[in-house]
Amino acid sequence: MKPYVPQYVGTITKYVFVDSPDTTPQDIATAAYEIAQGVMIKETCFGCQITGSPEDVERIIAHLRKLDPYRIYVKDRGFPPGDARRCRADLGGARPGYLGHEYEMGLVRYIAYGLQETDRMTPEELKAAAGQEMSMPKALDIDILESLMKEE
Amino acid sequence: MAKVFIYPATSLILSDLVARFGHQPLGSAISIREHIQTPGFDSPPIQMTPDDPQKGLKWAAVEVPSGIRGRMSLYGPLVEEAEAAIIIDEPDLAFGCMGCARTNELLAFMLREKEIPRLELRYPASKEEGVTFVAAIKEFLKNLEVQQ
Repeated sequence: MKPYVPQYVGTITKYVFVDSPDTTPQDIATAAYEIAQGVMIKETCFGCQITGSPEDVERIIAHLRKLDPYRIYVKDRGFPPGDARRCRADLGGARPGYLGHEYEMGLVRYIAYGLQETDRMTPEELKAAAGQEMSMPKALDIDILESLMKEE
Repeated sequence: MAKVFIYPATSLILSDLVARFGHQPLGSAISIREHIQTPGFDSPPIQMTPDDPQKGLKWAAVEVPSGIRGRMSLYGPLVEEAEAAIIIDEPDLAFGCMGCARTNELLAFMLREKEIPRLELRYPASKEEGVTFVAAIKEFLKNLEVQQ
């Protein structure tokens, strides 16, 4: 064991994801750089990462959200960009978190549609939409399972 | 503004929706950030230290594997802090910090036991379900404001 001296104490890091036909990650990064004022911005393939004081990061995110309100998604990140414990430049391969992001990015088109639709709804319509049942995927029929096992 | 625990705690969608509708999402990143910004002793090659499984004893018994106790040292304080929770039932997403099935079960159990407003959903699989998913979360978070 050795003494651990943390970096970037007091800062927060946020991911900005974009999945839009109109806005590219480069647009996001450029817009963030324009108002960065010394905040660390890292352009990525999915959007960017922003590291700085909580006020600065919130200011930049509020600006970025206006570019494509329904298709920009923001999430906290624990590690700062380039941290040797997570950065794939040191570890090689995709880091574990990307697999989760990849999975959820496949679903955000439904969320974007949902955000757009719910924005137009009256409070009564919203309540009715919220009460809709989300059907559960059907479990595998026991007879089919049995036949599969016999085939094996 | 309420503190809303999100499960899976690494979820981008839940984290974004909770923040978008004016509340504070409590997820893994909050604990990890606090963890890595605190000076102490390093335990290479990763950031967990031998102290963490001991801290986890508050939420999991001593015979429980240290991996669960270590994870609970991150999630336990967040669950205690939470004023509401949004849970995705049986998410396919279970990577990294969320990659331990037993911790996930314990976490969902703790959230269900705690007397806080709770919303349980599953991931949408179509546009129509996307509307229901967003509407349910929006309505739930709106009601939290009224309660506060």
